[in-house]
Formats: sequence, structure tokens, C-alpha cells
Amino acid sequence: MKYALVVIGASLGGLQALRVILSALPAGFRLPVAVVQHRSPAAGAPLQFVLQEACALKVQEIEDKQAIAPGVVQLAPPDYHLLVEDDHFALSLEAPVRYARPAIDLLFETAARCFGPQLVGVVLTGTGDDGAQGLAAIQCHGGLALIESPQTAQAAAMPTAATAATSGAIELELARIGPYLVDLSLQ
Amino acid sequence: MTSDCRAELELAERIEAIELPLLLEALHQRYGYDFRDYAPASLLRRLRLAMQAEQLTTVSAFQDRLLHDPACMARLLDTVSVDVTAMFRDPAFYLAFRDQVVPGLQALPHLKVWVAGCASGEEVYSLAIVLFEAGLLEKTQLYATDFNARGLAQGQAAIFPIRKMREYTANYVKAGGQAAFSDYYTAKHDAVILRDGLRRNIVWAEHNLATDSSFNEFHVVLCRNVMIYFTRKLQERVLGLLYGSLAMQGVLGLGHGESLHGYPVADCFAAISRAEKLYRKLR
Repeated sequence: MKYALVVIGASLGGLQALRVILSALPAGFRLPVAVVQHRSPAAGAPLQFVLQEACALKVQEIEDKQAIAPGVVQLAPPDYHLLVEDDHFALSLEAPVRYARPAIDLLFETAARCFGPQLVGVVLTGTGDDGAQGLAAIQCHGGLALIESPQTAQAAAMPTAATAATSGAIELELARIGPYLVDLSLQ
Repeated sequence: MTSDCRAELELAERIEAIELPLLLEALHQRYGYDFRDYAPASLLRRLRLAMQAEQLTTVSAFQDRLLHDPACMARLLDTVSVDVTAMFRDPAFYLAFRDQVVPGLQALPHLKVWVAGCASGEEVYSLAIVLFEAGLLEKTQLYATDFNARGLAQGQAAIFPIRKMREYTANYVKAGGQAAFSDYYTAKHDAVILRDGLRRNIVWAEHNLATDSSFNEFHVVLCRNVMIYFTRKLQERVLGLLYGSLAMQGVLGLGHGESLHGYPVADCFAAISRAEKLYRKLR
């Protein structure tokens, strides 16, 4: 298999965007998926349940040192940073990065170091520019960079910033991202 | 251009991968701090942040300064060991503690509680307040330990910036607090100092979870969001230490993102609250 992990980052509008993408993934989808959705510290289980409704795969909030596993959509818990190490996730309480914890950049950068060319990074709708540097790091380590088209993004700032930070990233309308990931998982 | 940046990056990372274990070995030999089994991703980030603050660009240069300048080591220690936290952070944890742990503590003639990795003390004082409000603080001896002596001194001083009180008060209320949070401190200029009554029953001591052993038996042990910075191997060691420090029926409290699941000691505990990571030692 060419790819071994998909990392997705979203902020404002992410809930709906993630539902669209996850609903396109079949139950047998082979790639592990890790998601950072900007969320408030007080956010509870609701995000997990809302995404689960749309998703054939199990949606699970990550606990520290949990193994990276296929067949599961693994979600960053509120108020922790999500990092990647070798074959598992690690949590951190380092200060928020640009007011965000979990921050997309930390997931992307640490995943890039561990997975290099086997990594797919996806930046979705959002305000601010979290994920731009992270996606650049993914490209720099030989991984694939996908960006939601500003046309479909509820908030275009994050996709726009990601485009500016990368070179030759693949821009996709929201509805095409899920099917595109399915294709990648079969390579 | 992409292939250029990639080659350069891979070389830099290869060199760093050589430098890092050398650095950790050096710190262990020089100062006795053992970071060799710290989770690599978060450790690397913190080292990089510390290097930026020192305006150094290589790990080797950092090692040079750390070995020869203890003040630099003290600064690194703060970066590695102190998370900015808040009183009653994770209000749901304290609510669960009040509702599900406190009732079982009432019957004990005296109570020993350990907060391991207490750093600046917010969690210790939050727990002291919960115990006070349950009428338990008088008969409790709290042990607050950390491997960072500066953090301990700060915790012991019980001084917090006044601008944080709004957040702390909101957390306190969400955690089931019924009193006025301001009853617990006196304000002076732009700081507050917690009242003596909260501070009296706390012993502050240096203890290093990575290297030291058990020093007492407790009815309650809290070790929250400390072990996330350890590898699984070190986590197993520390969990064994915490298990060995608990009386039978004693309660262990972990951080929200942590779990006993999948660890050997899990078999010795029953979950009091799976959601809030409270466990009781059964065997």
C-alpha cells in the first residue's frame, strides 16, 4: 500500500465538511484516519456522535498512546494537542498554538516526520491558517497534500493559507475528497 | 524545489536523531534527570521551544550550554515540566470526584492523598477545596510532589495572578462549587494568595516519577496529564509505582485523555468513572 495514514484538519465549518467526507468512506476503508477539528475545551462527546452518524467506520476519540489503526476514524480529544509517534498517537498539553488546542499543525508536522511519503494530509474549511505550515511539512517529507476548494469551504481562509504555503497541492471540491481518498487507499 | 527541501530536511533530521539520545544521556549523567523514556514527539517539541528561547539552532549547541550552565538547565526543566493549567481544569473530573469518591472517604479516620506531578499546585488546591467543602480537609494529609523544585516552590507559595480568577471561578462553579470562590483567597495588587486554611495540610516534596520509588501508602492518588509525556514503557513503570502506593480500595485519578486500558495493572482496578478516569484498586 502506497499510503499508511490520512490526517485531516478542520476549523469553522468542519463538522459539516467532515460528515460529507466520512459518509463517502466505505466500511472496509483501509487507511487509518486521524482528525483534528478545532473545538472548545468544554466540548464533550457530541462531536464524536455527530460524526459517527455519518460514518460507516467507527469514530473514536483518541486516548494517549492509542495505536494508529485502520478501520477507525480517530479524533483528537478537546483541549489536548494530538501528536503522532511511530505507530501510535500521543497527547500533549503544550500551550495552544494560535489559540487552538488541538492544533492541526502539530498533528501534521509530527505525522510528516513519522510517515513521510506514506502520508496524506487534508486541509478543510476554517478561519485562520492552522494547517498551512503543517501541510507544507507533509509535502516537504514527500507526502500528498489535499486542500478543500475555497468554493465549497464554509470558511475559505484555511484552504487559502494552505494553498499559499504549499506548491502543487491538489485542490478538490468537498464532495470529491471522500472518493479521492478511497482511490488513494487502493493504491 | 520540493526535492531540494526534502533532501536538506532529511539530512537535518538524521543529524538530529543522532544528537538527541546524546543530549538525553548527557543530561542524565550531569544532572540526574532521566528524559530517555519521555515520549519523543512532545519532548522534541519542547526541546525545540527551549532552543528557540535560547536562540540556539542545533541540539549539539544546546547540549553544550546545558552541560556548562545550570541556569540553562533550570530553564529547560521549566519548559519540560510545567504546563499552564488552571484551578478546577476539567470541572467534570472534580464533579465526579465529589459525587463518587468523596462519600467513600467520610468513614476513614484519616486520609492520605498524593498529587503526583503537581507542578504549580493548581490541582492540589482544587482538591483541597473539594475536601474542605466535604468536611474532610481537617483529617487529610496531602502530599504534593514534583521533580521540578522551582515549580514546587511556586506551588507552595499559593500565589496566582488575579486575572486568572475569572476562569478559575467559572471552573469552580462547573465543578459543583457552592461557595463564593473568592472566599478562598485574598487579593493584593494584581495577585491573589490562597488562604492558610487550604495550605496547612499540604506537604510539598521533590519526587521524580521516572526514577524514584514509592514512599507511602495513600487512599487517593492523582496523576493527571503527567504520564502523557512518557513512553508506554515508562508509563507502565509509573503505573506500577502508583499502584504500589495505593491502599486497597484506594482511588487513582488520571487525566481526561489518559486511560488504564491496555496496561497490565488495569486488571487490578475497577472503573469508578470511565469517563472521568477514576479507578479503584481492588487487588
